[in-house]
Amino acid sequence: MSEINVHPEISLQLQIRRQTQKAIKLLTVPLVGLLIVLLNGIGLFMDAIQKRIGIRRMAYIFVLPNMLLFTVFSLLPILGNFYYAFTAGTKVLPENRYFAGTANFEFLLHCDNYLDPGSCRADLFWRGLFNTVNYVVFAVGGILLFSLITAVILNRPIKGRGFFRGVFFYPTLLSSVVVALLWKWVLQRQGILNASLTGLGLEPVNFLLNAAWSNFWVIFIGVWSNVGFYTLIVLAGLQAIPGTLYEAAKIDGAGPWDSFRYITLPLVKPSLIVVFVLSFIRCVQVFDHVFVMTGGGPGTATQYIVQYIYNTGFSSNPPNLGVAAAASLILGLILLVLTLIQLRVTGSGEETDYA
Amino acid sequence: MNAHKNVKMLSLLMIVAILLSTISACGAAEPAAQPETVNETVKEVVVTKVVEVPAERTDIRIMMAIPINAEIVMEDLLDRFESENPDINVILDNVPYSTILEILPLQLETGEGPDIAKVSNIAGLYEYYLDMRPYLSDPAYWEENMALTMEHMNPDGGNRISGFYTDVTVTGAFINRTLFEQAGVPVPSDTSDKVTWEEWAEAAVKVRDATGVDFAMAIDRSGHRISTLTISEGAKIFDKDGNVVLDDEGMRRALQLMLDWHADNTMPLDVWAGGDSYREATNDFINGNLVFMESGVWNVGPFTDKIGDAFDWEVVPNPCGDVTCTGMPGGSVMAAMKATKHPEEVARVMEFLAAEENYHEWAARALYIPQHTGIMAKGVEYATDLPQAIRAFKVFGEESTRLDPLSYRLQNHLYGYVIMNAIRDRLTQAIVGEITLDEALVRMQTDVDEAIAAAK
Repeated sequence: MSEINVHPEISLQLQIRRQTQKAIKLLTVPLVGLLIVLLNGIGLFMDAIQKRIGIRRMAYIFVLPNMLLFTVFSLLPILGNFYYAFTAGTKVLPENRYFAGTANFEFLLHCDNYLDPGSCRADLFWRGLFNTVNYVVFAVGGILLFSLITAVILNRPIKGRGFFRGVFFYPTLLSSVVVALLWKWVLQRQGILNASLTGLGLEPVNFLLNAAWSNFWVIFIGVWSNVGFYTLIVLAGLQAIPGTLYEAAKIDGAGPWDSFRYITLPLVKPSLIVVFVLSFIRCVQVFDHVFVMTGGGPGTATQYIVQYIYNTGFSSNPPNLGVAAAASLILGLILLVLTLIQLRVTGSGEETDYA
Repeated sequence: MNAHKNVKMLSLLMIVAILLSTISACGAAEPAAQPETVNETVKEVVVTKVVEVPAERTDIRIMMAIPINAEIVMEDLLDRFESENPDINVILDNVPYSTILEILPLQLETGEGPDIAKVSNIAGLYEYYLDMRPYLSDPAYWEENMALTMEHMNPDGGNRISGFYTDVTVTGAFINRTLFEQAGVPVPSDTSDKVTWEEWAEAAVKVRDATGVDFAMAIDRSGHRISTLTISEGAKIFDKDGNVVLDDEGMRRALQLMLDWHADNTMPLDVWAGGDSYREATNDFINGNLVFMESGVWNVGPFTDKIGDAFDWEVVPNPCGDVTCTGMPGGSVMAAMKATKHPEEVARVMEFLAAEENYHEWAARALYIPQHTGIMAKGVEYATDLPQAIRAFKVFGEESTRLDPLSYRLQNHLYGYVIMNAIRDRLTQAIVGEITLDEALVRMQTDVDEAIAAAK
């Protein structure tokens, strides 16, 4: 057998590779062993509990860790919020605050004319509320419309469908701060958009310093950055619709619009309800991207209710935690009422459709 | 089944053994000797001093919001302190200014927060300051050299020794002289030391139009800075009983000027219209895009660093209003906090930083004005030969002698920030047309009254 002469450098590389593989094997065995030990240990522990409480109650044990986290990080703060809403003072520690009864709520809800924020004692609270209503109406509407349209298109057998699904979903992966900064650079006075307008011989526009434009853009960006997520929900709903229904409709002479109106829309309605509820709750809580982009400006044109709560409770000097807590409770109550109404309306609608 | 159970039992015992061994492995770090200097040019390690680092070091945290040029100086000072005091580890947290304004007060109230912090709301946070007097080796040094600091840090009339001024500030106007020259417009302050706001505005607009830059004039979006304008126009702020009364002729005149300047594009909306957070016009000035900016001495250091001699920037005397020509005093103190668990160590850090030579070094290299009688008597040898910076300190020094007493009263008032922020926020709404000037004045007053009532 002839001898194979290996270049010294290659021989060294082969040695390194072999040693690396050996090291990985050596490390893997104890790691896997440790994992088995851990799992067996947990299993033993759970066996003991199951023996004590019975298999039917084991579900509560599995839910317990999450419930503990929920209690500590959600339930207790909510209860604490009630305490702050009925107390006053500039201190944070509960023992340093004094009982104020409903004074905070009275401050927030006192208006000569509820349709005119300027007539209210807490004018900024009402401005934030009206701005939020405006945002929710247009943003939720936009999300519903564009998620449906996008899902219908992406459900068709178009070329590069997988790529386009990725493209539409991509903004959802970005942090809202990143999204806001990117768009701020595009929209600001010396941004790309104004540079393009100037290049086309048009006058630049101070998008973020004009109340109407800034409202438009925060809504647009809110819809753009979230529609991908909701499109997936609607897409899943569309894909659950049997194709035979469309075939049958075609045989009966139904056109594309008829199929969409009488087959697609009714059957995708449950998905649209989910999109509506989720986007509604999310839009009412709008804060991140708006705060970064406009800071609530110009003036208070894009200051929404959550920013009012933040400003009042944290960034004002001195902070007014009582009023901030009361405002958040009012917001929570409004959300609760609207959600219950919406569920009732859509729930009865569902029965009618399928009667 | 029994074998399965035995495996599980064994697994549980092994888990307990691993946990116990992990807990016992967490022990104290061993002391280590550290060489202090390395002479690389001779390619050998020359140990000049071996410092025995104790096993237990006390951590002292300092929270500051400072520009990078000042951070470098502070790091140098603290490194020197640590080499002389190896039992103390000083951690410097350089945070955004909004953290100092918004988060620090909450931290302090809950008993958390840093051991030392650089704060600008000097009177407002006085209840959290540590009285270092029992821990200082020479309290008389502080009383002799920093009496004014003590006065400002004790709005209740006490005599606590709690810190020192990192920088005494005064507002002032910066101009881009290069733009004036390019436009062929004379600089008003070359021929008069009492130039009015309106004269500066007119000149700045001419320069902007001639040179094509974006912005003529700007004032930082700050209640503190706008008070330069309001007080110079005759706003009284307080009545004879000391109550806050904002609506008067001088305040109206000043705020109307701001509305007019924004309406006719003398001032850009970018600074005052955007949201309700603090916003400086600094970046526009640094980029050579702004002719005139009302800001303060704290920008001399950053401008020396970021502009240098790229263009000829200059500090001019504060503009004059109908009644007076004044700036606003200010500054920040390095304050020891009483929530600290290590008051003795905190006092040692503070004594080191406030020692005359170290305080002088801080002021000279970071380009700040100190509040120290001894240093001011000898003068500060600023670590810059940039003519613009040297001239700037001269002008600011003169300006600090022309400050109206009302400006001191407002700045050091317990609710000074409440008053200034209310003016800032409601003025913004008026500028963008959400409310009228009359409504803004009513709202400002209500905001202040309610905030003071809530704070009492």
